[in-house]
Amino acid sequence: MIDDVRAARDAAVARLAAAATLAEARALETELLGRKGPFSEFKTKLGGLSTAEEKKAAGQAVNEATQAVVAAAEARVSDLKQAERAVQLQAERIDLTEVLSRPSRGHAHIVTQAWQRLEDVFVGLGFQVAEGPEVETDWYNFEALNMPPDHPARSMHDTFYVDHGCTGSTVLRTHTSPVQIRVMQQIEPPIYMIMPGRVFRNETTDATHLAVFHQIEGLVIDRGITLADLAGTIESFTKSFFGEGFTSRLRPSYFPFTEPSAEFDIRTPKGEWLELGGSGMVHPNVLRAGGLDPEEWSGFAFGFGIDRMAKERHGVGDVREMYTNDIRFLEQF
Amino acid sequence: MKIVHSWLNDLVPVGSADDQQRVDEVADAITHLGLHVEDVARVGSTVAGVVTARVVRTERHPDAAKVHRVYVDTGDGVERHVWCGAFNMAPGDIIPLATGGTVMPDGRRIEPKPILGIASQGMLCSASELGLGNDHSGILILPPHTPVGVPYGEALGLAEEVVYDLDVLRNRPDAFGHLGVARDLAAHLGVPLAPAPPAPAVTGAPRTATVELVEGIRCPRFTSLVISNVRVGTSPDWMVSRLAAAGMRSINNIVDVSNYVMLETNQPNHAYDFDTLGGGGFRVRMAAEGEVIVTLDEVSRVLTDADLLICDATDRPIGLAGIMGGLNTEISDDTTVIALETAWFEPMGILRTVARMGLRSEASARFERGADPLGIDRSTARFVELLRLTCPDLVVHEGAVDARTDHLPAPTTIRVRPERVSALLGTEFAAADITRLIEPIGFACTDGRGVLTVAVPSWRPDCTVEVDIVEEVARHHGYAALGKTVPKSTVPGGLTPIQHRRRRLREVLLGLGLSEAMPHPFLTAGDLSRAGLPEAAVRLVNPLVVGDDLLRTSLRPGLLKAIEFNESHRRTGVSLFEVGHVYPPSTEVLPAEYEALAVVVAGSDATAAMRIWRELAAAMGWGARVDQSNVPDGMHPTRSATLSLGRDAVGVVGEVHPDALDAYGITERVAVLELNLSVLLAAEPKVAQWKPTSRFPSSDFDLAVAVPDTVAAEKVEKAIRQGAGEWLVDLALFDVYRGQGVADGARSLAYRLRLQAADRTLTDADVAQVRDKVVAATAKLGAVLRA
Repeated sequence: MIDDVRAARDAAVARLAAAATLAEARALETELLGRKGPFSEFKTKLGGLSTAEEKKAAGQAVNEATQAVVAAAEARVSDLKQAERAVQLQAERIDLTEVLSRPSRGHAHIVTQAWQRLEDVFVGLGFQVAEGPEVETDWYNFEALNMPPDHPARSMHDTFYVDHGCTGSTVLRTHTSPVQIRVMQQIEPPIYMIMPGRVFRNETTDATHLAVFHQIEGLVIDRGITLADLAGTIESFTKSFFGEGFTSRLRPSYFPFTEPSAEFDIRTPKGEWLELGGSGMVHPNVLRAGGLDPEEWSGFAFGFGIDRMAKERHGVGDVREMYTNDIRFLEQF
Repeated sequence: MKIVHSWLNDLVPVGSADDQQRVDEVADAITHLGLHVEDVARVGSTVAGVVTARVVRTERHPDAAKVHRVYVDTGDGVERHVWCGAFNMAPGDIIPLATGGTVMPDGRRIEPKPILGIASQGMLCSASELGLGNDHSGILILPPHTPVGVPYGEALGLAEEVVYDLDVLRNRPDAFGHLGVARDLAAHLGVPLAPAPPAPAVTGAPRTATVELVEGIRCPRFTSLVISNVRVGTSPDWMVSRLAAAGMRSINNIVDVSNYVMLETNQPNHAYDFDTLGGGGFRVRMAAEGEVIVTLDEVSRVLTDADLLICDATDRPIGLAGIMGGLNTEISDDTTVIALETAWFEPMGILRTVARMGLRSEASARFERGADPLGIDRSTARFVELLRLTCPDLVVHEGAVDARTDHLPAPTTIRVRPERVSALLGTEFAAADITRLIEPIGFACTDGRGVLTVAVPSWRPDCTVEVDIVEEVARHHGYAALGKTVPKSTVPGGLTPIQHRRRRLREVLLGLGLSEAMPHPFLTAGDLSRAGLPEAAVRLVNPLVVGDDLLRTSLRPGLLKAIEFNESHRRTGVSLFEVGHVYPPSTEVLPAEYEALAVVVAGSDATAAMRIWRELAAAMGWGARVDQSNVPDGMHPTRSATLSLGRDAVGVVGEVHPDALDAYGITERVAVLELNLSVLLAAEPKVAQWKPTSRFPSSDFDLAVAVPDTVAAEKVEKAIRQGAGEWLVDLALFDVYRGQGVADGARSLAYRLRLQAADRTLTDADVAQVRDKVVAATAKLGAVLRA
């Protein structure tokens, strides 16, 4: 009988190995190992053997044969599964560069991008952000900033006058500085504030000048603030915004709302100096207009253009291009 | 302001201009003193190829209106023909001729460019073309006895000069003269400033040009001096050369000295022909309204009673005070006696007349900033000293007049606390340190118990308070020497909640595929009405572009223009947004300015706008009622709604009215969403609160109901929610159908509902019960269940 069992085992393993499909292999598995299969039959025949030793030897042979067939079935099923998956995967090939849709993200305006980068740098330096109206009173735009009516420096600002209220009382702000006064009136020092926003100058536009543009202004008011603090803050900003290889300098200048006043320049890693903006120690008259005692508080202010940051970063040849709202421009950034 | 190196070197030893490194150092020093050097140029070197020539004759060509033909002789007797666009020359005039092949200072190469087929044998040059000042009004006419056929530089005695171009700001009127710059530099370099010239020796018999100050506020000081035995002629080469470098053309020795003294001392002056001065004197008064004067530039000017006039003693106007002399008393070749006027005028008065007339001169630029009220004596002395170089026999007469009124600015003194100076500069300056820094520039310091009394020099009217002295100290100490410290911010940096929300808003909009536009905030008449919006708007008094004078009350017109622009460039379907201010009229102190958002999606209908609104509302935590019964201005009447929060309109959603699209020339539909961000961003959004998710399986069922068009889907949805109760966890409208099987005037709305209980698995009976309740709830709205 043992020989029959071994012969049946070899035949079963051979048939499994020859199964061509997964379905065929599974059907064979059922046929060979099921109740009507040869090995079940051998098991029922075991009882008919005469000696215990014969029964034991034959039983071992049947078990061994059954295990071998089970293993062969599992192996064959596994192989066939793998082969079938491989065929499926091949059939599913996609050319990933075959893309029908175009990117549909929106594009932030480069002035907004510059604006937010500047805000982020100053926030990192401990500044808060304040805003104010674009249509301003003459008082906030000029008088509170130490430019009383008839002050010659007013002619430096080509002002848009607005037909609202008394003649000459309302203007489109020529700088973001009126927000300084509003901030001083609204919050108690210490003040560490930046004030970005849209400003207006009534001057003919060209490739580098706009009548409507954007500025960012900084104001620090605290006890014991010095001109050296202004220089240090400008330096920190320069390194944070432009990079470690950049440095800055102050040189004397004139603005009615600061005294001493300074222009600030930045030096590129190539050694070129670029004029960036104006700054200075807040004039005592400005502090007074903001309701602060210049003997108790001192501070500095600085300001520069946002549009130019965007223009320089992206190499825009003509600033007017930034405001055409041409989608072909907007999509570039 | 142009500062000439050789001239500066006469006043303060700064070294040779041949040494470029030295020139750079001087420029750098001037810049760091606050007188920004914008440019350093070497001028006056002769342009090779430009020679002097005599005009032989001029001739018009019948076919050339803007140019004429000029025939010149360069001394070889051969007539050369040149086309010329300037007409200011006459036969006999000596002019500079750039011969063929000459490369001009601006890089142009002179070629024989034919006009009407006739070639030009060179080009006649203006002063500015040769780098001799700014005059490009005509061809440069050289003095009559200039030799012909020689390089023009040689003929004019020009020498190369180094010129620093300074951007002098309003606070430094003194730096409009070489002396002021030299004074700063001398202090900076620690070298002496040239001493003032001696007072002129008076040798003549009494002869007075009388002065009557009728207007003593606007003219608080007026001096006159009579000088005779003067001969009009040419100036020394070095003076011509320096004047040219500073941008002024040589006229004759008297005018040149007048200009030279002004550019040196910053004190304008005017020399009159004494013999033509009616009544032999001056009278200073306000002009009568409508009075007329012909100024030196041969323009007849109508005056107002706010303009100050210099008249002769017979009350005949002879000069517009501080701005420009009159034509009638101009120095002529025959002048032998001059009356020199040197005065101080009140700056604001000059500024107002200059602004009103749009007439600016070298003199007015100085007076309007503030000349030195005590600088007159030095300037008069210098005038005589320099005029004596060409008129060695001149006679200064006794009887000079120095008329003053009480309105001449009094000397200013300022109390300066060294500890205050130190506190603002971050230094530890004692009184002596401050004195050491500012006395060399003329501020006299007296130390009284630790507080300095500083006498401000008369040429620094800008210094009136303590911080002005702080700046002087800082300038002469050097800004760089103050060091760089960083103040310790004692407040936490950061954006406000509103600013954070605005950033989130932008991110969501960008994520929805919208790009950010920035249209101009000014509108033209008609922009609003074309968009169907109310026309009331705040106006600009002085727009840059005529008609571009309305402050926008809505962002929509700007974005419609942007769509039209893009459509005209074959870019349809453009999606844009703008976050910006609008400025509706108000009766308050300022217009009712607020921040708005507008979204436009070209080529999409109102549903696109609703989709964006719902995305934004979800992302920002906003809720607003979509009120389609309230159609906003300029919007499609059956496809638009007002977004309302309580009783307030906070936005617009829908589609632009086809009339407005036609008016803007847009051929696509345009979906619009507009929001008042000043209101919406200010609201604190609710923070989402956790709801436990159920562990039990959910059950779905679909429901289609036919609903009359008059019933909003929103209402059906609300009824379904109420009918379904707490087990409803998701509700979605997945199909809208009109047509066969649905009555006219109604549509089928198909919803999918997902039910789930927190505590058990729902049975079929549970689901059936909910379904019945939902059907009943919608039936109340007139909805009919579809099989």
